[in-house]
Amino acid sequence: MNRFAELLDRLAYEPGRNNKLRLITNYFREVGDPDRGYALAALTGALSFKHAKPGLIRDLIAERTDPTLFALSYDYVGDLSETVALMWPKGRLHNNPPPPSLAEVVTTLRTLGKAEMPKQLSRWLDDLDETGRWALLKLVTGAMRIGISARLAKTAAAALGDNDAHEVELIWPGLTPPYLDLFAWLEGHGEKPVNLDPAPFRPVMLAHAIEDTDFSNLDAADYIAEWKWDGIRVQAVSGRDAHDNIVTRLYSRSGEDITGSFPDLLPSLHLPGAIDGELLVMRDGRVQSFNVLQQRLNRKAVSPRLIKEYPIHLRAYDLLGEGETDLRALPFAERRGRLEAFVARLGDPKVDLSPTIAFDNWEALASARRDPASAGAGEDAEAVEGVMLKRRDALYLPGRPRGQWWKWKRDPHIIDAVLMYAQRGHGKRSSYYSDYTFGVWTGAADDAQLVPVGKAYFGFTDEELLQIDRFVRRNTTEKFGPVRHVVHEPDQGLVLEVAFEGLQRSTRHKSGVAMRFPRINRLRWDKPPREADRLETLERMLKSTAPSEASQEGAH
Amino acid sequence: MRPQDILTPQPAGLCCKPGGFHIDPVRPVERAVITHGHSDHARAGHGAVLATQETLDMMRLRYGDNFARSTQAIAYGEEVRLGDVTVKFHPAGHVLGSAQVAVTCKDTRIVASGDYKDAPDPTCTPFELVPCDVFITEATFGLPVFRHGDAADQVKKLLSSVKLFPERAHLVGAYSLGKAQRVIALLRAAGYDAPIYLHGAMEKITRYYQSRGIELGELRPVKGMKKADLAGTITLAPPSATSDVWTRRFPDPLTAFASGWMRVRARARQGGIELPLVISDHADWDGLTATIEATGAGEIWVTHGQEDALVHWCTTRGLAARPLDLVGYGDEDSGEGDVVASDEGNEA
Repeated sequence: MNRFAELLDRLAYEPGRNNKLRLITNYFREVGDPDRGYALAALTGALSFKHAKPGLIRDLIAERTDPTLFALSYDYVGDLSETVALMWPKGRLHNNPPPPSLAEVVTTLRTLGKAEMPKQLSRWLDDLDETGRWALLKLVTGAMRIGISARLAKTAAAALGDNDAHEVELIWPGLTPPYLDLFAWLEGHGEKPVNLDPAPFRPVMLAHAIEDTDFSNLDAADYIAEWKWDGIRVQAVSGRDAHDNIVTRLYSRSGEDITGSFPDLLPSLHLPGAIDGELLVMRDGRVQSFNVLQQRLNRKAVSPRLIKEYPIHLRAYDLLGEGETDLRALPFAERRGRLEAFVARLGDPKVDLSPTIAFDNWEALASARRDPASAGAGEDAEAVEGVMLKRRDALYLPGRPRGQWWKWKRDPHIIDAVLMYAQRGHGKRSSYYSDYTFGVWTGAADDAQLVPVGKAYFGFTDEELLQIDRFVRRNTTEKFGPVRHVVHEPDQGLVLEVAFEGLQRSTRHKSGVAMRFPRINRLRWDKPPREADRLETLERMLKSTAPSEASQEGAH
Repeated sequence: MRPQDILTPQPAGLCCKPGGFHIDPVRPVERAVITHGHSDHARAGHGAVLATQETLDMMRLRYGDNFARSTQAIAYGEEVRLGDVTVKFHPAGHVLGSAQVAVTCKDTRIVASGDYKDAPDPTCTPFELVPCDVFITEATFGLPVFRHGDAADQVKKLLSSVKLFPERAHLVGAYSLGKAQRVIALLRAAGYDAPIYLHGAMEKITRYYQSRGIELGELRPVKGMKKADLAGTITLAPPSATSDVWTRRFPDPLTAFASGWMRVRARARQGGIELPLVISDHADWDGLTATIEATGAGEIWVTHGQEDALVHWCTTRGLAARPLDLVGYGDEDSGEGDVVASDEGNEA
C-alpha cells in the first residue's frame, strides 16, 4: 500500500503526461502481482466496494485527537482525508506489523461489513505512514482525484511490453482485477487474453483538422461529407451473450463504459451491431446545443425527470460490426450503405442517420459549411460545428491515420480582450507566465471597468509565449503567490485576440458568461486596451441564434 | 524577580532589562545577543553583538565587516555575565552555529531557544536540552499535522526520481543557509557521489560550511554549464529561483522543494512544486511538544508561527503558556520573498 501511495503522491504533483506514464509503467515493473493489478484497477476506476463516509473518518479522528487541535489543523490543511492522514497518532507498538498491501486492502474492503469498517480502517491507519494513510483514505472514500484517465493507465500498462494501448483497450472489457493474465501477456510469458465480452469496445478512428493548403491535394470526388455535430462521440455496441440475450453498452471515445448514464437509449439498440455516432439531446425533433447535452454528462444517478427533460438521441455515422461480422476492413462507402440499412431495420426514433452533404467541389462544401441551415442541416444548424470529410475508400483504422478523415470546423468566435492576470504554468512552463485571465470592458464609456471573462493557456506560439512572459514581468502591478496582476488601463496593457467555440451563461463568473475552449488567437500589440471589446458584445453573441455572424461582429 | 521582568517583549525584540540587551532584535539596538545567522534573527546595525563564532562569520559574509560596532564570540557551554544576569549558550540544532540562550537571574532561568530542531543533522551540533523555569519556543510548525519524518527517506525519493528521469535536471529549492548544506550532506550520506551544482546565491555560504569542516563532496557552480550537461544532475537553488527565468538553462527541469511546509499538499501545489521533500530545520509538532515537556519548564512562551495550537496544547497539559506576539520573524524557508532573484537579467 505504501508503494502505491508513493505512486499516487508523485502523480498528484506531476503535470506532464509522458512523465506520468513513466511513473506508472515503472510502478508496474517494480511491483509484483497482484498489487499492481489492483493499482491498475484503482487508476482505471474498475474497483468496486462500498465507500466509507466522511462522517466515519471524522469519528475515528475525534476519538484520538483534541477537538481544538483538529479544528485548527483542518482549517489549515483544508482537506479532511489529508488532515486525518497527517494527524493520526503514531502506533505505540514497537514491533510494528508490516503495513497492509494494496491487494489486502482491496480484497478486504470487498467483503467487509459496515460494522467492521471503523476497526479495520483504524488498524490500517496505525500501520501506514502519512502518505499511505492519505492514499488509503482517498481510496476508501472513493475520492481519488489525481488527474489520471483510465486510458493513461492502460497506456502505461501496455508500455510494459511495447504494446499499443489499443491492444489493451480491445481486450479490456473481458478482463477483471487483478489482471494476472494481462500482465503475463504484456511481459511476454503468457497468451494474449481473449475478449469474451459480447459487446466489446473498438478503438476509434479520429480525424485531422484540415488546413486551407490541404485542399489543393484532395479530390472532392474521393470524399463523402457529413455535418460535424457538437455532441459527444460514442460507440453503441450490442451483442448476444452465451444465453442469447442482447447485451448493450455505450462507450466514450476513449473506451470508458458510460452505459449507466444513458439507460433510456439502451432499448433502442436491440439488434447486434456496433454503431459509431454522436450522442445528442433531441427535443421536438431538434438537436439541442452542447450546453444542454452537458446536463446529461457525468451523471451517476439518472432521474426520470432528467430523462424526460433531456431526451437522449444517437445520430449514427458509421457501422463497425453487424451481428458477428467485423466491418472495419470494408471501405467507408460500403460501411455507410450497411449503416443505412441497419438504422432502417432498427426503426427507432432515438437512432437516426447523420445525413451526408451533397457537394461537387470544395467551393460548394465551403458554402454549406458557412450556412449549414440552407445546406440541409435546417433547424439543427446551431448544433453543427463544421463538416467532416471521409474518404470513400477509408478503412476503419484506430487512431488518427493520415489523409483518411478530416474535420473542417466553422470559424470560431473571436473577441479582443485585455490581459488582466497571469499565472505561472506547470512542468516545462513553470518559469513562464503562461495562464492568462483576460477581461472586457463594462459600464459607462467614461468610467469603464474591465471584468474577467475567461482564462486561456494555449493557442500562442513558443515565441509569443516568451513575448507575453516578458510583458508580464515588466508590467506587474501586484503579486499574489504565483499570480501576477498585470497592468490593464485604457491606454496601458496588452490586448489578446481570443478565439472560442461557444458561450454560456454562468453564475460562477462575475461577468455572467463563460467561454468554451478559449485560446489566444493573436497578440494585438497594435491595439490600445480601450479599443478592446465590451461585455455587451459577448451578451449579443449569447442571445444570437446565428453564432457565425456574431463572431464577425465581435471581431476587430 | 518575575520572569516577565527579566525578559520583556518590545517592538525591537525580546528585551532583557536587568542585563541591558535584546535577543535577536529586529531593530538596531545598543547590545544584541543573537541566536543564529538567518537574516530575520541576525540583522546589521547593532552596537555590540554577542553570538557564536559561526553566527558572527555568517553575519560578516552577508553584511560585510562593519555589520556591528563590536562583536564578541561565545562558545557552546560558555557563560558570560551581562549586568544582573548570566547568559549561557547551548546548541539549538537548527543550523551551523545556532544557539539557545539561557538567561539566569538569581534563581530563575529562562531559555530563549530561537529556532531549533531535535532531529539529527550532520551539518550542525545536535540540540541540547536545557532544564529551565521558562522555555521560550518557536512554533513554526506548531500544528499536529506537521510531522517531518525521516529526512533520509525524502532524499531517497529525490534520488529515485533522478534515476527514473535521467534526461531531466532536478532543481532543489532550499534556503541558502542551513537547508541547502543539510540536503547536500544527506545526499552524500545516501551514497550520491556525483558533483552537486549550486545556484550562485548559495556558493559563498556553502563554501563557508566546508571551511568549518563539514564534508559536502564535490560542488560546482551551475553558472557557465551547458544545458545538455545538466541532464541527470542535481542543483540546489534558493526557493524563489526555482520558478524564475533562471530555470530555463536546465533541460526539462523538475522542481523539488525541501521544506517542512511540503507536508501540506495545498502548500506544495501553490508553489508549483513537482517533488515536495519534507525536510525541515525546525522541530515538528512531536519535537516541539516533547521538548517542552522535557525542559521541565512550568511556563511556556510561544513566539513566531502557529502559536494558537501550541498554547492550547500547553494549557491542556497544565502548563502556563502565552504567545509573545513578536513581529519580524518569518519562516525563512517558506520560499518567496526573502532571497533576491526574481526578475529577469538575474544571473546569480
